[in-house]
Amino acid sequence: MATPSLWARQAVTATRLETRALTRHFGALMAVQQIDFKLDAGARHALIGPNGAGKTTFVNLLTGVLSPSGGRVLLKGRDITAMAQAERVKLGIARTFQINRLFRGLSVLENVCIPVAERVGAAGSMFYPTGRCTDIIAESMALLEALKLADAAHHRVSELPYGRQRLVELAITLGLKPAVLLLDEPAAGVPSAESHIILDAIEALPKDIAVLIIEHDMDLVFRFAERVTVMVGGAIFAEGTPHEIEANPQVRAVYLGQAGQRTSHG
Amino acid sequence: MDFAANFANILLGGLSAGTVLFIVSVGLSVTMGLMGFVNLAHGAFAMFGGYIIVLAMNDAGFGFAVSLALGFIGTAALSVVLEQFLYRRLYRGGELDQVLFTIGLIFIFMATITIVVGPGSQPLQLPPALNGQLNLGFTQYRTYSIFLIVVGFLIVAGIWLAFERTRIGAQIRATVDNRNMAESLGINVDRLFTITFAFGSGMAGLGGGLGAEFLGLDPQYALKYLVYFLIAVSVGGLGSVVGVYYASLLLGVLDFVLELYLPKGGTIFIYALTILLLLWRPQGLFGRKAT
Amino acid sequence: MTVAATPAEVAAALARQPAARALMRRHRLRWWEALPWLAALLYYFAFPDYLGFGSELLITILFALSLDLALGYAGIITLGHAAFFGTGAYTVGMLAFYGVWSEPITSLLLAALAAGIVGLLSGLVLLRTRGLTLLMLTLCTMALLEEAANMGHAYTGGFDGLPSLDIAPVFGVFEFNPLYPNTQYLYTLGVLLVCFAFLRTLVSSPFGQSLTGIRENLLRMHAIGAPVRRRLVVCYTISAAIAGIAGGLWAQTNAYVNLSALGLDRAATVLIILILGGYGRLYGAFVGAVVYLALEHFLAQIYPTAWQLGLGLLLVAIALFARNGILGLGEVLWQRLRFGRAKP
Repeated sequence: MATPSLWARQAVTATRLETRALTRHFGALMAVQQIDFKLDAGARHALIGPNGAGKTTFVNLLTGVLSPSGGRVLLKGRDITAMAQAERVKLGIARTFQINRLFRGLSVLENVCIPVAERVGAAGSMFYPTGRCTDIIAESMALLEALKLADAAHHRVSELPYGRQRLVELAITLGLKPAVLLLDEPAAGVPSAESHIILDAIEALPKDIAVLIIEHDMDLVFRFAERVTVMVGGAIFAEGTPHEIEANPQVRAVYLGQAGQRTSHG
Repeated sequence: MDFAANFANILLGGLSAGTVLFIVSVGLSVTMGLMGFVNLAHGAFAMFGGYIIVLAMNDAGFGFAVSLALGFIGTAALSVVLEQFLYRRLYRGGELDQVLFTIGLIFIFMATITIVVGPGSQPLQLPPALNGQLNLGFTQYRTYSIFLIVVGFLIVAGIWLAFERTRIGAQIRATVDNRNMAESLGINVDRLFTITFAFGSGMAGLGGGLGAEFLGLDPQYALKYLVYFLIAVSVGGLGSVVGVYYASLLLGVLDFVLELYLPKGGTIFIYALTILLLLWRPQGLFGRKAT
Repeated sequence: MTVAATPAEVAAALARQPAARALMRRHRLRWWEALPWLAALLYYFAFPDYLGFGSELLITILFALSLDLALGYAGIITLGHAAFFGTGAYTVGMLAFYGVWSEPITSLLLAALAAGIVGLLSGLVLLRTRGLTLLMLTLCTMALLEEAANMGHAYTGGFDGLPSLDIAPVFGVFEFNPLYPNTQYLYTLGVLLVCFAFLRTLVSSPFGQSLTGIRENLLRMHAIGAPVRRRLVVCYTISAAIAGIAGGLWAQTNAYVNLSALGLDRAATVLIILILGGYGRLYGAFVGAVVYLALEHFLAQIYPTAWQLGLGLLLVAIALFARNGILGLGEVLWQRLRFGRAKP
């Protein structure tokens, strides 16, 4: 259940992320069609839809991994459609991946120090030892503590159970202090015994960040999202509160009739 | 009149050299396209097959065709053994491990051949039918070279047909295109790779023997021509049989031309062109663009 | 947090946590790091007749260190690193041979500059690619330089090279004597020390850490906004410059330069040495060079074919069982000793 009353709303909700008529096709396949989308500061927004609906393509368009065939992407009012991935990150949009992308041979602490160093602009310095960058290390440790990873800080990531690795994935992204956070199936692959740590972490995210979460798990959607967008066949099918979406007969048909309508998508 | 003969000479010489390059390299192109495995030891397989063929003819007295068959089968058999016991363990490994492993194999092949056969060069004695000149109307040219060109063309046509018309060819093409998808469709990728690897290595052995006449055959062979095989495969495009065919012929003709007009250092152009081409199209002329 | 803590307070608080403490102390010198240098000095006094071999060893270590930066830390797999070694060698060689410039230390700086420029230009262009394509391009670049040196044999001496280079004394005082290579050895040791100190600082810095990040997970580095290509080009350029210094040293200590400075043979050997010792650890270069050159010295002359066979088997074994080389094996053993059997 969403708990909107606990979250302090700002007097003016600023639109953090916006897309206008965003389109992407691969040859004849329309992966993403004319999407108009808005994400405000403090938003807790879920994006759901059947497999092949274009959700991951959409996120790739938002982050700059793919360039659109048409339409625009705006971050904090600024047109970033032509910007490369790295530039967009600098402007405040970050994502986690469905399959972890971690520095497996390094310690958990180092995994977080790297993005923090990148953010504060220290990552290019060549003659000052990392060990003396106490501000970076301190910030990284604080972040790990907030995510209850501090006890594992000196372990190699590859030694951690999968659920905690997923948490490191989240920690890396939070180290970038993003204004917009895109979570691609954060609980994917996590054994059900461990999934609560992910859910707790998402719940504890800083209130100001605009969060978009791609998910299949409806429990997670209900627990966490204020608004839900349903994507089918590359277009927005329905949008509303979790309850509205759940009650929507057409959405139910799409999910139940999903077996016959599955679109394959590369 | 003279120019035509000259031109024909260069063209035929280049094409026959390119054909040998193709026969050796086609296996490398397909296995790299299929499995992404950096097999620098491919030239060592060519060398191994070449030695089988030459020794079969010179020492054991077998006929040309029989020796070629022995070379193909022997190399293919060896490659299957190595693939099952060694290569297989490195499929998931990083590129560096594959480079190291195959360099190690090269050294092992080179040393073993030196110990077993000896360090000297092995000459290939052509059967009398293929020796001598063939009259082509406007010029005369070495029969053997014409033979090579024809054989090469038949091989590429045969492989292309096999890829397009047979079931296994379709499976190979599917796996090169999208391995995960192919696996989920039920294609036994591991077995496919063993078959392809065996065929490709056998081809390499065949090429090693066929080309022994002008490329020479000594224990250094595996390293000497490695760069050329890699260029043919990269420029042609990994996994593309047609690609490596065109690239090899192009390379052969270019090398021939440069050899004549710029004997000292013509290869610079080949390297420079390769660099420029790979920068413009990293996937090669006919390769798939990396997603 | 209402009162900002002073840096000292922050550091003190961090030091109480084991992970942070480990990270903060990682760049500090350990006692055993003095050992290689002591050993090198000991060697000078213990084996005065083998200083030629000693110099070669030190130069190989420097060359392997340069490769470690590019390959071990940044993950740039190259079979063409001899291109930079050769550029440095020929820079020094040609300057000395044609009587243009023979002061050793500045010649080394020029060698570093020349090799660095080649590294920068080729890096800008090649590092757009990855995997087999990059490997191919590094090979082609090196082969191209080798062919160029061969073509320009009027200037470079071609296959025979440039012999009897006249190198001015170090600091104007210490002469290079081909029969008594004392100066060569100590000079090389000094250069190696300086370069090593530089490299060690570099890899302990945030820049070095980001290179490791690039090697460990390239896509993640892109996803956190790191300017990946710029970092790789800078790394490659520095690596090339240091390889150039190694090449320049080689020309100076041997008073000779020829095409072998640029060949696949040299590039493959340094790669083998680095992997043998253990890449990404800096000291792997030391271990690998000592083990390889010692074995080569004793075996290759007597049984060259057996040496090749043994080397091949060793490489296959390393690729299959010990990818992190001797130091990697050492680490595993050390872990077992300290913590008993492997973790669950």
